[in-house]
Amino acid sequence: MTGIVSYGAYVPLRRLSTGPSEKAVANWDEDSLTMAVAAATDCLSGIERKTINGLYFASTTPPYAEKLAATTVGWALDLPRDLSTADIGDTLRAGTGALKMATDAVKAGSAKNVLVTVSDLRMGGDFADGAAAFIVGDKDVIAEIEGGYSLSNELLDVWRAAGAKNVRSWEDRFVFEEGYLKILPQAIKSVFEKSGLSVKDITKAVLYGPDLRRHREIVGRLGLKPEQVQEPLFDKLGNTGTAFAPMLLVAALENANPGDRVLVASYGDGADVLLLKVTDKIKNITGRWGIKRSLAAKMPVSPADYHAYKEFAAADPDRFGGASASVIARERDAIYALAGVKCQTCSTVQYPPQRICTNCHTKDNFEPYPFTDKKGKVFTFTLKYGGDIPAFARPGVDTMVDFAGGGRALFGMTDMVAEKVKVGLDVEMSFRTLGVGGGIHNYFWRCMPLRLSWLGKEA
Amino acid sequence: MESIKDKVAIVGMGCTKFGENWEKGADDMLVDSATEAIQDAGIEMKDIQAVWFGTTRLNTAEPCATALKTEYIPVTRVENLCATATEALRNACFGVASGVYDVVLAIGVEKLKDQGMGGLGTVSGAGGDGTMEWGMSAAMFFARMATRYMAHYGLTYEELKQTLAKISVKNHHNGSLNPRAHFQREITEEMAINAPMVSWPLGLYDACGVSDGSAAAIVCRADMAKKFRDDYVLVKGLGLAVGARQGYLQPSYDMVHMEETVRAARQAYAMAGIKNAFEEIDLAEVHDCFTITELVIMEDLGFCPRGKAPEYVKAGTFKLDGKLAVNPDGGLKSFGHPIGASGLRMIYEIYKQMQGKAGPRQRKNPSLGLTHNFGMNPGSGIGSVTILGQRD
Repeated sequence: MTGIVSYGAYVPLRRLSTGPSEKAVANWDEDSLTMAVAAATDCLSGIERKTINGLYFASTTPPYAEKLAATTVGWALDLPRDLSTADIGDTLRAGTGALKMATDAVKAGSAKNVLVTVSDLRMGGDFADGAAAFIVGDKDVIAEIEGGYSLSNELLDVWRAAGAKNVRSWEDRFVFEEGYLKILPQAIKSVFEKSGLSVKDITKAVLYGPDLRRHREIVGRLGLKPEQVQEPLFDKLGNTGTAFAPMLLVAALENANPGDRVLVASYGDGADVLLLKVTDKIKNITGRWGIKRSLAAKMPVSPADYHAYKEFAAADPDRFGGASASVIARERDAIYALAGVKCQTCSTVQYPPQRICTNCHTKDNFEPYPFTDKKGKVFTFTLKYGGDIPAFARPGVDTMVDFAGGGRALFGMTDMVAEKVKVGLDVEMSFRTLGVGGGIHNYFWRCMPLRLSWLGKEA
Repeated sequence: MESIKDKVAIVGMGCTKFGENWEKGADDMLVDSATEAIQDAGIEMKDIQAVWFGTTRLNTAEPCATALKTEYIPVTRVENLCATATEALRNACFGVASGVYDVVLAIGVEKLKDQGMGGLGTVSGAGGDGTMEWGMSAAMFFARMATRYMAHYGLTYEELKQTLAKISVKNHHNGSLNPRAHFQREITEEMAINAPMVSWPLGLYDACGVSDGSAAAIVCRADMAKKFRDDYVLVKGLGLAVGARQGYLQPSYDMVHMEETVRAARQAYAMAGIKNAFEEIDLAEVHDCFTITELVIMEDLGFCPRGKAPEYVKAGTFKLDGKLAVNPDGGLKSFGHPIGASGLRMIYEIYKQMQGKAGPRQRKNPSLGLTHNFGMNPGSGIGSVTILGQRD
């Protein structure tokens, strides 16, 4: 049996109020890659990382046009190096496409456990940001992927040219009548014909929708009852592009019961439809942030700040003279995987890695010590008013963090209210982008107040 | 190991006006400070047998040789961040003490104002390892110590700011009495407390400025010193301690002291035979790159017990007319910090004080003086302490 073994999601903390509803938007130090790392971390909770031998990154907004994001995601997650990696993009169907490819790879025996990350941070429309992650495998499957169907349709309804920042679209009537509203039902009907199933056999339909109105329209055209439809979360999450249908699938799986049949349909240059059957192993998945809990942890962002983030991201300013690719390569474990060392002579934990122990001076006698999952406390901090910090991010917070279990390091802080930072504040680590230099995206870790501390709270 | 005590004498010194010296290049300032030092010693450039040249921005010894037109003598460029100029003197002292040279020049210069720099050592360039955070600055490193000082000793923000303001007011007052200082205006505590924030909790008047400057010393063996002048000044102790990031790698570091300063002082006091620094030292020029730095240095140098510096500052102990004058010339606060020149600028003040030539800032019969530099930042620094004394 091949299918989903685990799931996870990442919803950025920030919520932009849009009247009665709100949407989740990324902080200025997040991009599709960092959100994928966060969702994958959630998905890997309780899973042995060395069992993963494939990693896909699906997005229409990857950081590089030539250079895999999947390798960076894999490094940040400290996954094994014998990893089959691929970036899949160029359509909002990339996430479901990646799930299908992973399923085929596992079925064909070329992979055992494929981590599929789906993430998007699109510009030029009323979009939200977020990511989902799944492990596709053939052991401990929580939802069997019974079948799938793809329909290819050549249509310029919504598109973005290479190098362009903003998404463009043709007129609404054409976009919806010739595109989404026509193609998605057609694909779903084909699935029913092929599988011998009908609408009544579906416990939950996870449907991509460009907006609530069109989502409702599809539901009507398909004849689905309200209880058969996964709530599309337009008023709580927003349309997260490639990640949207996968994130709704996570939400569906959170409430699923053994035996449930879940239909997933995503749209873009055609449609993908997947049929899943939930197994009794679904109960084994616990302790995830997922969608439900993620939506409950939030901090408000003002429209002015939100637009400033977007303008900043669109401008993509080169803030460095140029980072050194060779230095990054040499230090990639320390930078991307936040790997420190533990002295095997005196047990002193150190970051960054050293050749000679700071405490007992023993040479080259260390074992790797990962910090990404360690919590810590702010030992001291300062609020930075430097002119190179974008105005919307001033003051920046710089911290010295002491980790539980040993180790001390310096980090910028993110997802905080600067004025509320205190000595002794509990923090955890988050993978972020520190900006672009010489065309190189600088990814590193920042500390942040425990995400749990935002649950059910407003700043 | 032998002590340097009383083996080396300073027989001449020079110091330019520090400030935005738009009309002078590094070469001009080198010529100015060297000329004053040579004239002060009553010698000529050709009498100099070797030069130790401190600078952080010029990469070689050549600019110094070219500026001064030395004739094929050894010129060594030294660099040790904020202790750079003191390193020029320290190594010059060893050159003379070894007996290899009789008369040498220690000189430091920094021309910061040609670089468009807006703050002390502001780092805004690329982090080679791709982990450079936004808004990195020297202020940030010392602000961390200020935050920790509050947490460690239970001080409120207001209490800390009041203490730091007193240090700023004191140093600016001293600087107002010094025509060589960059900033020569008095400030008030209110100005300091209400100044724009640079790196919380440090504001504008907690930070020193960015300046150009040069200072120089003529050094010879002590037994020769009388040939040059009667009121020469003796080197009593030289301490240097370089951190190995212990404070960043080991959570046991408390961030309310600078171990490198403690260790450098220990070395220098041992050489000078100082048992009780607070009682024996009359005046000290210390590295007030930020007011919090001076506060903590008072404890690190043993001028007061741990955690008690705010009380001593409040009592006026370190004012010009206090028990132990600290930064009588106005300090980095008034002079700014042309990195490669600051150490010798401090030594210049002690030298003049010892000779009774410090004008309105003159202390009564000082016998022992101290200079101190601190490079890098709390957690991993470069501590440098020099003890100078009157001849017997």
